[in-house]
Amino acid sequence: MSAQTTPVPGTVPGADTVAVAGATPERSQPYAELGLTREEYQRIRGLLGRRPTDPELALYSVMWSEHCSYKSSRVYLRQFADKAPPANGEGGGALLAGIGHNAGVVDIGQGYAVTFKIESHNHPSYVEPFQGAATGVGGIVRDILAMGARPVAVMDSLRFGPADAPDTARVLPGVVGGISFYGNCLGLPNIGGELAFDPCYAGNPLVNALCVGVMRHEDLRFAAARGAGNKVILFGARTGPDGIGGASVLASASFGAGAAAKRPSVQVGDPFMEKLLVECCLELGAAGLLAGIQDLGAAGVSCATAELAAGGGSGMSVNLDLVPLRDASLGPAEILMSESQERMMAIVEPRHVERFAAICARWDVPATVIGEVTGTGRLEMTWRGEVVVDIAPETAASQGPVYDRPAVRPASQDALAADGPARLPRPAPGELGGTLLALLRWPDLADKTWVTEQYDRHVLGDTVLAAPENAGVIRVDEQTGLGVALATDGNGRYSRLDPYAGAQLALAEAYRNVAATGARPVAVTNCLNFGSPEDPGVMWQFAEAVRGLADGCAFLGTPVTGGNVSFYNQTGQVPINPTPVVGVLGILPDVRRRLSIRFRRAGARLVLLGRTGEDFGGSAWAWAVHGHLGGSPPAVDLGAERALAAVLASAAQDGLLAAAHDLSDGGLAVALAESCLAGATGVQVSLPGDPFTTLFSESPARVVAEVSPGARAALAALCERHLVPLTDLGTVGGDRLDVAGCFSIALDELAAARAGVLPALFG
Amino acid sequence: MTARVGVVTFPGSLDDRDAARAVRRAGAQAVPLWHGDRGLRGVDAVILPGGFSYGDYLRCGAIARFAPVMADLVPAARAGLPVLGICNGFQILCEAHLLPGALTHNARLRFINREVTVRIERDGTPWTGGYERGQEITVVLKSGQGSYLADAATLTRLEADGQVVARYTGGNPNGSAHDIAGVTNPAGNVVGLMPHPEHAIDPLTGPGSDGLGFFTSVARALVAR
Repeated sequence: MSAQTTPVPGTVPGADTVAVAGATPERSQPYAELGLTREEYQRIRGLLGRRPTDPELALYSVMWSEHCSYKSSRVYLRQFADKAPPANGEGGGALLAGIGHNAGVVDIGQGYAVTFKIESHNHPSYVEPFQGAATGVGGIVRDILAMGARPVAVMDSLRFGPADAPDTARVLPGVVGGISFYGNCLGLPNIGGELAFDPCYAGNPLVNALCVGVMRHEDLRFAAARGAGNKVILFGARTGPDGIGGASVLASASFGAGAAAKRPSVQVGDPFMEKLLVECCLELGAAGLLAGIQDLGAAGVSCATAELAAGGGSGMSVNLDLVPLRDASLGPAEILMSESQERMMAIVEPRHVERFAAICARWDVPATVIGEVTGTGRLEMTWRGEVVVDIAPETAASQGPVYDRPAVRPASQDALAADGPARLPRPAPGELGGTLLALLRWPDLADKTWVTEQYDRHVLGDTVLAAPENAGVIRVDEQTGLGVALATDGNGRYSRLDPYAGAQLALAEAYRNVAATGARPVAVTNCLNFGSPEDPGVMWQFAEAVRGLADGCAFLGTPVTGGNVSFYNQTGQVPINPTPVVGVLGILPDVRRRLSIRFRRAGARLVLLGRTGEDFGGSAWAWAVHGHLGGSPPAVDLGAERALAAVLASAAQDGLLAAAHDLSDGGLAVALAESCLAGATGVQVSLPGDPFTTLFSESPARVVAEVSPGARAALAALCERHLVPLTDLGTVGGDRLDVAGCFSIALDELAAARAGVLPALFG
Repeated sequence: MTARVGVVTFPGSLDDRDAARAVRRAGAQAVPLWHGDRGLRGVDAVILPGGFSYGDYLRCGAIARFAPVMADLVPAARAGLPVLGICNGFQILCEAHLLPGALTHNARLRFINREVTVRIERDGTPWTGGYERGQEITVVLKSGQGSYLADAATLTRLEADGQVVARYTGGNPNGSAHDIAGVTNPAGNVVGLMPHPEHAIDPLTGPGSDGLGFFTSVARALVAR
């Protein structure tokens, strides 16, 4: 392993101490190599009143990296708090912890709370797909664990370059294999997510991992070091040279040539250790031994110590010689920057240290006291008897630089908007069946079994719905049936056309997907994937997307509880399509009443809820069939989304519906095909309007649903009360998708169109 | 009386909770057993659950067989204690030489999570007494190394002696020899099964409740004894 050690450029292990730094103010330091600007370096000098030591420089460089400090996004992200809607009241929905914690925490009733968060691991997954994606899962799981929750499920939102590109054949199987390896061995069901392809992601795949955890209210924990004399314990895996500078080197810069040289910056995951860490942490929490806890993710020991000390408003002293190492040659700067996985840090009262150690020993988890909480307000670290770090922790944790970068709407946006899909030739009625089959053969809409079959969705025994359903549903309480639903959605094409609307459409789709299970959507997490913030056009996209999402969340009453920003997703000068990915959490009072997408009963009535307009800008049809991206994305109607969600929640609760499927990419036609195949039953449909528009338009705020026997009148009354248009479409039954006057396709043919696509590409 | 069924937790066991839930649903008492403890706490039967014991970093089940609890389990199983190994538990039973053969990488070298149909080939064991021979049940396969392998002589003997407990029907998902999904020892008390019956005990969370029969079978067999 030592051959892979990446020494911090320009540092000399063993040499630089606070005393030396004070005596050698003019020594030149490698701030630029560590990703800091000259101004940022000067600012550190100003804060310290001297030059930083090499370990301090390492610490600030990772803490002030874009990935950790949100320095380019912070001025915008404030809107999530400023515009946050009031708590959503009865039956749960209140926020117990909001933005700024490791993950947001939502009350779901009956004394339970849920914490969930989505995070990117885009750059590592391009450099080393298997380990990059694996450690992405590991990292988000520890965020959930740090709040005191038991992680109960994961999801993955994945985007790659063209499905048939040679590099996609390298990246996709590696990413899926890494998620499979880590999540399966960790014992967390993978309940859904997304898989999409677009040339814009060719050099920048998006690997966004979501984790959800469940706890009792009283188990909620915060990252804070309080109580002078309390011990600082580092536990879990030992610290090695892996991932040094990952946050600053990988996550905060775009790729040009030489991506392979960054491979040592990717961490290596050990899901077995993480499983032990999960069980160990939960037992430590249950025994009441944790005065504070923090996970070690990006920026490792630097971040954990600075955030714990800053969070508690106290001080902390740490002896870096006590950090257990996998590689004894690591110096203090490297120890501080290492992103070795499967590590946690706890604050423990001295009287509990012995029991803490005993529980760790029972789980074979190494645990070491490396320091203690002090009353000094300083974060001090020693190494080989010398003071190598002496800073005010909040200067690293929360007082990093904040940039209000130039944001300018690109001139090309007008031409893009003007080139609408109206000019595209539309299929004749006799060609509509062929259009549907073409869309089902398109990799974005093809059968995803090749991917989802590699994930364990059954472990823990509480998975009620998983992919390819609208949303994942997890049972929380076996007695009462209380559960949660989760969906993630994003559409880079919509956001490219209009980032404000695109973010709201992502929100609306995830919200609708959750509602379509019968759950009440209550909270939001988000992963904002964009190009370089130094490009004013990208910054404009970002500003618009955040504004759209914040406004949308305010309107729908679903607060943003946390999330993640991933910038620098671009190769050379070409950024990815702006891709805000939105995760929505919903509450199901009784998971036995959840709605599946599966059509079930022959003879049952089929209805369309919602209004269909001419929405083809950025649509699957325009892109997959014509390679066209232009015009305006579908018209957002959040009032209609809210009304539809209210109808779905009531209808599910009262048993009025037997199945429901949200309409999104590919419109009604694709939704019908998916529900028929999932339920292994056909349908006979008569279209109410223009066949092409009705089948393929992507107007939001719509679902197709199977009505329970005898419930048509009650459903109609419910829809009328909420002003949701209801249209009869036909009946369930047979073994064909039969659209009167257009086409009649056997289920076998539909299945064949979708089934072989990914296996043919990826083996 | 209520049957007491032990469920062993090794470091990296994942489906121990699910196995215990299935035992309870079958009307028996689930007794947690810890890998590092000696003694079987007087249980009437033992389940080795699925998961990745010790991360499966060496060879599946190769380290778990040396756990302290196994020192008591192996002689008890040889003396007739009903033992069911599911997935990783099956691998451990093979490593411990309580069952013949071995489990190796799936034919396509990828992890597979899929609902599968298996045919019960041997009724009358404590774990399959509630099924009829030839009955087809739907359970959950989820494994990366689930391909059953044995030499030709062993396979011939297993078939001749009726030691194949369950066989995949409707397609071999992982390359297992003779489509074998589960085997038993000559005495019939030790059963290894690659697919997971404990994930098929409730239509709400699995493909149905076909898998519950393994747990009700043992509960009944123990009470009748």
